[in-house]
Amino acid sequence: MSLAAKTVTQIRQLLKEQKVSVPEVVADQIKRIEEVEPKVCAYRSLDTENAVAQARKLQAQIDKEGYPSDQPFFGIPVALKDNMCSVGQLTSCSSKILENFKPPYDATVVSKLKAQNAVLIGKTNMDEFAMGSSTENSAFVKTCNPYDLNCVPGGSSGGSAAAVAADQAFASLGSDTGGSIRQPASFCGVVGMKPTYGRVSRYGLVAFASSLDQIGPFSKSVEDAALFLEAISGADPHDNTSVDMPVPSYSEEMKKPVKGMKIAVPKEYFAQGIDPEVKAIVENSIKELEAMGAVCEEVSLPHTKYCVSTYYLIATAEASSNLARFDGVHYGYRADGAKNIVDLFSKTRAEGFGDEVKRRIMLGTYVLSAGYFDAYYLKALRVRTLIKQDFENVFKDYQAIITPTSPSPAFQFGAKTADPLEMYLSDICTISVNLAGTNGLSMNAGFTKSGLPVGVQLIAKPFDESTLFQVAWNLEQALDLNCKPNL
Amino acid sequence: MKYQPVIGFEIHTELKTKTKMFCACEVAFGGDPNTRVCPVCVGMPGSLPVPNKTAIDYTIRTSLALNCHINQHTEFDRKNYYYPDLPKAYQLSQDYNILGVNGQMDYEMADGETRTVRINNVHIEEDAGKLVHPDDSFADYSLVDLNRAGTPLIEIVTEPDLRSASEAEAFMLAMKSLLEYIDVSDCKMEEGSLRFEVNISLMEKGADKLGTKVEIKNLNSMRIAMKVIEYEIKRQSRCLDKGEPIYQETRLWDDVACMTRVMRSKEEAKDYRYFPDPDMVPMDITPDWVARIQKELPELRQQKKERFIMEYTIPEYDAGVLTSDKKVADYFEAAVKVSDQPKQVSNWIMTEILRELKNEEDADISEFPVKAEWLGTMVGLIQKGTISGKIAKKVFDGMLKTGKDPETIIKEQGLVQISDEGSIRPIVEAVIAENPDSVEKYRSGNTKVIGFFVGQIMRKSRGKANPKLVNELLAELLNQD
Repeated sequence: MSLAAKTVTQIRQLLKEQKVSVPEVVADQIKRIEEVEPKVCAYRSLDTENAVAQARKLQAQIDKEGYPSDQPFFGIPVALKDNMCSVGQLTSCSSKILENFKPPYDATVVSKLKAQNAVLIGKTNMDEFAMGSSTENSAFVKTCNPYDLNCVPGGSSGGSAAAVAADQAFASLGSDTGGSIRQPASFCGVVGMKPTYGRVSRYGLVAFASSLDQIGPFSKSVEDAALFLEAISGADPHDNTSVDMPVPSYSEEMKKPVKGMKIAVPKEYFAQGIDPEVKAIVENSIKELEAMGAVCEEVSLPHTKYCVSTYYLIATAEASSNLARFDGVHYGYRADGAKNIVDLFSKTRAEGFGDEVKRRIMLGTYVLSAGYFDAYYLKALRVRTLIKQDFENVFKDYQAIITPTSPSPAFQFGAKTADPLEMYLSDICTISVNLAGTNGLSMNAGFTKSGLPVGVQLIAKPFDESTLFQVAWNLEQALDLNCKPNL
Repeated sequence: MKYQPVIGFEIHTELKTKTKMFCACEVAFGGDPNTRVCPVCVGMPGSLPVPNKTAIDYTIRTSLALNCHINQHTEFDRKNYYYPDLPKAYQLSQDYNILGVNGQMDYEMADGETRTVRINNVHIEEDAGKLVHPDDSFADYSLVDLNRAGTPLIEIVTEPDLRSASEAEAFMLAMKSLLEYIDVSDCKMEEGSLRFEVNISLMEKGADKLGTKVEIKNLNSMRIAMKVIEYEIKRQSRCLDKGEPIYQETRLWDDVACMTRVMRSKEEAKDYRYFPDPDMVPMDITPDWVARIQKELPELRQQKKERFIMEYTIPEYDAGVLTSDKKVADYFEAAVKVSDQPKQVSNWIMTEILRELKNEEDADISEFPVKAEWLGTMVGLIQKGTISGKIAKKVFDGMLKTGKDPETIIKEQGLVQISDEGSIRPIVEAVIAENPDSVEKYRSGNTKVIGFFVGQIMRKSRGKANPKLVNELLAELLNQD
């Protein structure tokens, strides 16, 4: 097996034992990227020259002092979604309005990875400003699902998911507002998780919906995801919404057995509209958990049917405000030929934003406008509390929840672009977790007859990612899938 | 006048915190453009605000000083609008759960009568940047300076309780004084750290229906504020007399044409789409927190006035004048510390210093050339007899003009009073000997002629003879033989 095909844990072991060098790892990673990128197109921008130079420096340090035991990502090439700020690296959110934007500062997660000397090899493609479920809304390139190049990788973190699936990165970071990590993880057959809101700092993540956004890892194994979450978690003085809670050693805690654990199966997530192959694969996972001694029982999350509409009121409202700063004045794209300041604002945004972004800004502006605020925004906030309470009630008696990640496997390009609402509904299983503010993970649980990956979603109590990883790791061992796309 | 003015104010004051409201950039006035900025106050993508605790403390302090109810649950809201000096295209402010509400403030009219104005709310927000327009009116650009963006701003909104221009003036002076007293701001109108906006409408006297409200911004000094209010009352009266409509609009004062002009009309009134900011958690202003701020509240004006009367044994009138401006009160105390002559210091301040300050618009005693310690020293020298009261006036003028300390001026101009009998006696004897007719007049009962002798002695001694000693010697020498 080539180096690029290994997991973070495996590569680190090899580096520790000095069986391979950092430059070898990076070189193999770049070779793999060059090989498959023409087909997959996961990246928006690559920083390979700097990666090679950095690799040499890091190896010199290993030669002198050995592999550092306190920096688990030392020398490991990872990718970042194109909406995370890193100094001097293009960060465009896959939008024309930030096409040439190079931030003057690092996101906190980037600072943490740099402190660990991870190799930040490039930025991955996404739906523009994280608005989408297929990565088809990128203003620049089309990312293809490594398992079927005619299918979408999912979205909005499609590039980050595809890169890991195609071995173009050992791990990557994405962002999840309504499922934008978990759904593409499911479509691409990798592990993807969204931490509890406040677990990871949002400072430096270009905001879509401030009360819903979280940064999370994509990886080839549950263990890698646990390690990655450890590396990026923690309270941040730059982010008032980050929570000061200790960061457990997830990678150790997850290796406990699931015997006796009570897992909830919410009936609303298995109702009509779920693809029968998806349903079968998820039910198989439930059986595997039961075979290991977990107790899986049906429950109800009664306000599930309001999730999608609640989400699209709150998220678009916040987005309409967060994206107002892109006015052509201080940074980013500025339209030519404006006659006055209002013209400058309008032309810049008309030319710089794609259709889906415009659609959501208009919707969000309407939702917050005088006369409609109470009926829509305020009402949505109240329903959100009810959705959160549904989860709190279930977690009184159950340690985890299991559901499909998405009602269908990856769909073909163009299949859902005719009706925006149809696209929105592909988030129906993941959106509730963001509204409730808790954590969720998607992992590969099987394949359809046509070879498309299908993910299963696990959900745990707020700040109980230990339990989340515990269920996931045990299931991963039981399923023992180990599959790679044929590229 | 057949119309009743109805006046209310919105006051903005920039806080004298070390750093900005939501980031660690320094707060200061001036400097090269865009040098006190960071990703947060420039509104870079991905940046997040973190509230400045001292600014919240100051907001609580201001709310307490204005007798407001403090809401325990308070949070920031976003006020959304587009303007080049507003980098996030929203201002972080408060609209729903405001920190201080339902307060009131007493103020004194010129004749000493106390009146009250109700305070609707006190809230905290951030300032925008500055636009600099080139002199060439055909230029097709303007410049944006974000040094000021993110500066903490307290906004105070009154109810429209004021009923005349003179009430408005008294109120404005009292509010400025209060804000200086609680020491949350520099309160420099000329630097923009204190800004008044006024709302004026007219009501038919005896009617109960309020007129249309007009808002006027950019009252850059107290003098202009009064001109604006008086003008606007006249303008609206004329409109009503002629039956012309008054539009609900925002106007600006044109100091060249001496009139108000329309800036923005109601049709363009903006919907700010206020909603709670999701980037900061709501604040919990606990009773303990409020109690701590209450304890730390600086001495307010009334307390200081009463203390001055007791501690310095000065009349109520003096205490009132000295405490009407905190900086004057501080100046007084600094001078008294050196001289230990409170009534003398008070006199000097009330007559000489305040008169000088009045001649300059919005002059500040903290920038007065004569330092408080120097006044104190000078008064001490009068007390000691080193200089006379009359000479002191020369010394004072000297300090004012040259900015030098009193001892230096006395030395340079040789103003030390002659107080030894040995030097004065010969002069007195000489003047008596040279003016026998006046001596006759005096001895025949015309005591007023003493003034003539004193004048002559002063002339001969070039004003430096100690007057007390002169009078004693004159009395002695004229009344003998």
